Amino acid sequence: MAQASQYWKARLIRYLFMAAAATSILIVVLVFLFLGRESVPFIAKHGLGAIFGGQWQPVSFENEQFGMLPLITGSILVTLLATVLAVPFGIVAAIYIAEMASAAEREIWKPVIELLAGIPSVVLGFFGLVVVAPLVKEVFGLTSGLNAFTGAVLLALMAIPTIITISEDAIRNVPQSYKEASFSLGASKLQTIWKVTVPAALSGIVAAVMLGVGRVVGETMAVMMVTGNAAVITFSPTESVRTMTATVAAEMGEVPFGSDHYHALFVIGVVLLLMTFGLNMVAQRVLRKYRIG
Amino acid sequence: MSMRPRNLGERMVYFAMMGITYAILLVVVYIIADVVIGGIGTISWEFLTGSPRKSGEEGGIWPVIVGTFYLVIGTLAVALPLGMSGAIYLSEYARQGRMTRLIRLAIVTLAGIPSVVLGLFGLGLFVIFLGFGASILSGSLTLACMILPTIIVASEESLRSIPQSFREGSLALGATKWETIRRNVLPYAIPGMLTGSILGVGRAAGETAPILLTVAAFFLPSLPTSIYDQCMALPYHLYILATQLPDMTKARPMQYGTALVLISVVLGFNIAAIVIRSYFRRKYRW
Amino acid sequence: MTDHSAHISAKHLNFFYGATQALHDVSVDLKRSRVTAFIGPSGCGKSTFLRTLNRMNDIIDDTRVEGQVLVDGLDVYSGACNVIDLRRKIGMVFQKSNPFPKSIFDNIAYGSRIHGEKSRRVLEEVVERSLRRSGLWDEVKDRLDHNAMGLSGGQQQRLCIARALAVNPEVLLMDEPASALDPRSTARIEDLISELRGDYTIVIVTHNMQQAARVSDETAFFYEGKLIEVGVTKQIFTNPTEKQTEDYITGRFG
Repeated sequence: MAQASQYWKARLIRYLFMAAAATSILIVVLVFLFLGRESVPFIAKHGLGAIFGGQWQPVSFENEQFGMLPLITGSILVTLLATVLAVPFGIVAAIYIAEMASAAEREIWKPVIELLAGIPSVVLGFFGLVVVAPLVKEVFGLTSGLNAFTGAVLLALMAIPTIITISEDAIRNVPQSYKEASFSLGASKLQTIWKVTVPAALSGIVAAVMLGVGRVVGETMAVMMVTGNAAVITFSPTESVRTMTATVAAEMGEVPFGSDHYHALFVIGVVLLLMTFGLNMVAQRVLRKYRIG
Repeated sequence: MSMRPRNLGERMVYFAMMGITYAILLVVVYIIADVVIGGIGTISWEFLTGSPRKSGEEGGIWPVIVGTFYLVIGTLAVALPLGMSGAIYLSEYARQGRMTRLIRLAIVTLAGIPSVVLGLFGLGLFVIFLGFGASILSGSLTLACMILPTIIVASEESLRSIPQSFREGSLALGATKWETIRRNVLPYAIPGMLTGSILGVGRAAGETAPILLTVAAFFLPSLPTSIYDQCMALPYHLYILATQLPDMTKARPMQYGTALVLISVVLGFNIAAIVIRSYFRRKYRW
Repeated sequence: MTDHSAHISAKHLNFFYGATQALHDVSVDLKRSRVTAFIGPSGCGKSTFLRTLNRMNDIIDDTRVEGQVLVDGLDVYSGACNVIDLRRKIGMVFQKSNPFPKSIFDNIAYGSRIHGEKSRRVLEEVVERSLRRSGLWDEVKDRLDHNAMGLSGGQQQRLCIARALAVNPEVLLMDEPASALDPRSTARIEDLISELRGDYTIVIVTHNMQQAARVSDETAFFYEGKLIEVGVTKQIFTNPTEKQTEDYITGRFG
């Protein structure tokens, strides 16, 4: 009797913990389900092709337009620019911290990176609005500093901690024996870093960049505050753009529940979800393969 | 291995790399300094404990602080037990297999979902489908979904750092698995679990997009009285002050003051986590 | 006359880590109130076998047991056996001493508390008796509230023995208990085993043949997951039946 109750108690405890862990699965399933559910009415009415329309004009008396192409290109432009800015800084810093910095310097860098990663995006956006945008306006001689480039600068700052942390792990994971072999052939420290260590860590670095990009694509507040939010298709860094995330955040508060516009914003959410999901899956696969992180 | 290259070319590359790295440090310091210097003059008793007036252009931010506090407590109440329990399962009970792989896949997926998308999800599920409305409850649940992966990952790491010999020693004395976990694993893992969780909470306190869609009130000087009320929150308030007022420059002191309070709250959580971590590292060594 | 009947019997025991078989058809009787030593080169299965006796291998994923282990005639791998009671009856001391980061008192009282003892007076008695038994009492009686991690390596191991004795086991399994200790601490552990001999059925895994010869009544030699030979210690060391045993004893391999 006592033994049986002991057995059932142990099983019960196990299942309780398992249920807690499985909540993550439930949440992810629900996210896909509810975004899908709220998107279906829009797709049913306008068709999938509507996503690639060239005009986003959701509030209009005679002719509402829900073409998401300007928003997609807006997100892509800002993301690409941010990546171009963040990658060199992130990778060079990762190499420096992993391979060149003294132990004392490394002690400083861990909290500094955590600090940067910890600044709320709305604060970065505010900083962008008050400091970066006027600077960009001045330097490039523009009428407004609220454009894709300013947004990209802030996003780069957000991607850098991710890129540094994971690249550094990847670099440190390179076996010491590789480096020693290189030194023994008379290579200098710098030659070893560029010709042996970095190539060996390359897949991890690529994954780091992808995770950084994943963060950038989904970032909302900073871009909403500084990119000017004009829904136009452009590839000029100094033009104002409107990203997918900013569109959702800015317009959701004002749409009537159940309207075409409401459902269209959920469609944007699905597009965002699929983009970040894809990026993350590929990056995680690379990281797992090379046992990093 | 010390690194001071001999020849000139290498030395230049070395200093260039050092310069690029320290440029990041400079930017971080600049941002923090700008917010601190800009905001310190606004911080006063009246600002911290007063109510906002004229859409926030004047007055204080007391309801905003209280709102953020409620959201943090609500988020913790949901995410902490769930995340810690999930971590206990993964570290102590889970065996290699399809279920475990699925759970891990879900955790990394959840961690990668943009916060604004989670906001949409919270709107669809909690606000509308479950009928909680735009409320502290909806906001807390949404934020809890967001920080759950952080808490699970940090807690599992902490549990795994407890030597296997503690478990074996206890089991060999005839303790059950749960007794072993409760008496001989958790007491040593909890500081680490809390540290990771605090970092997650810091993130939740600073997030805007999810609460924008699920809880935040534009202007609500009265304090919330139940979990079904809306509330104001620091990050959203800063967003409003910085972008939605008719005369933005006039509100600059209020903006900087709010930014400073927000950054202090978020970084305060981070610093608390670091302090706790180092305290317990010194206390427990095995 | 002390009872030296079989206390623990393994019958055709096979053990697998995943697809790898670690024990092949091991059958042996471990005699009551005797000290039995398991010897053999590293990876021969002697520790794995030891851990099948109190089912400590259960906690390792993806393992499988075939055959029987009878303790007092009851198969420990049958549904009728309660693993909690089994481990209470069979204490274990590990290769690396594993005091818990609690006070010395709480370490020793851990088992009793787990089994429901709450009375401070009873616990104090248990702690004193167990520490006296393991010869540690005089060294630690004034600092029972100190953290056990502060003890020396040898003291820690004797604390672990005391902790195992505190729940009144009948059997004591020791997995290379002195392998991480200096010669003086090792000698103390060996003395302790000699003192406990007769009161407990003791099984000790060791890679140190002199140690086996000094402390044990019976010796079992394992090689590549098989039990090659078992017998009275003196006979095993002076006149082994099997060629492999002789080779190992005389240092020709391992």
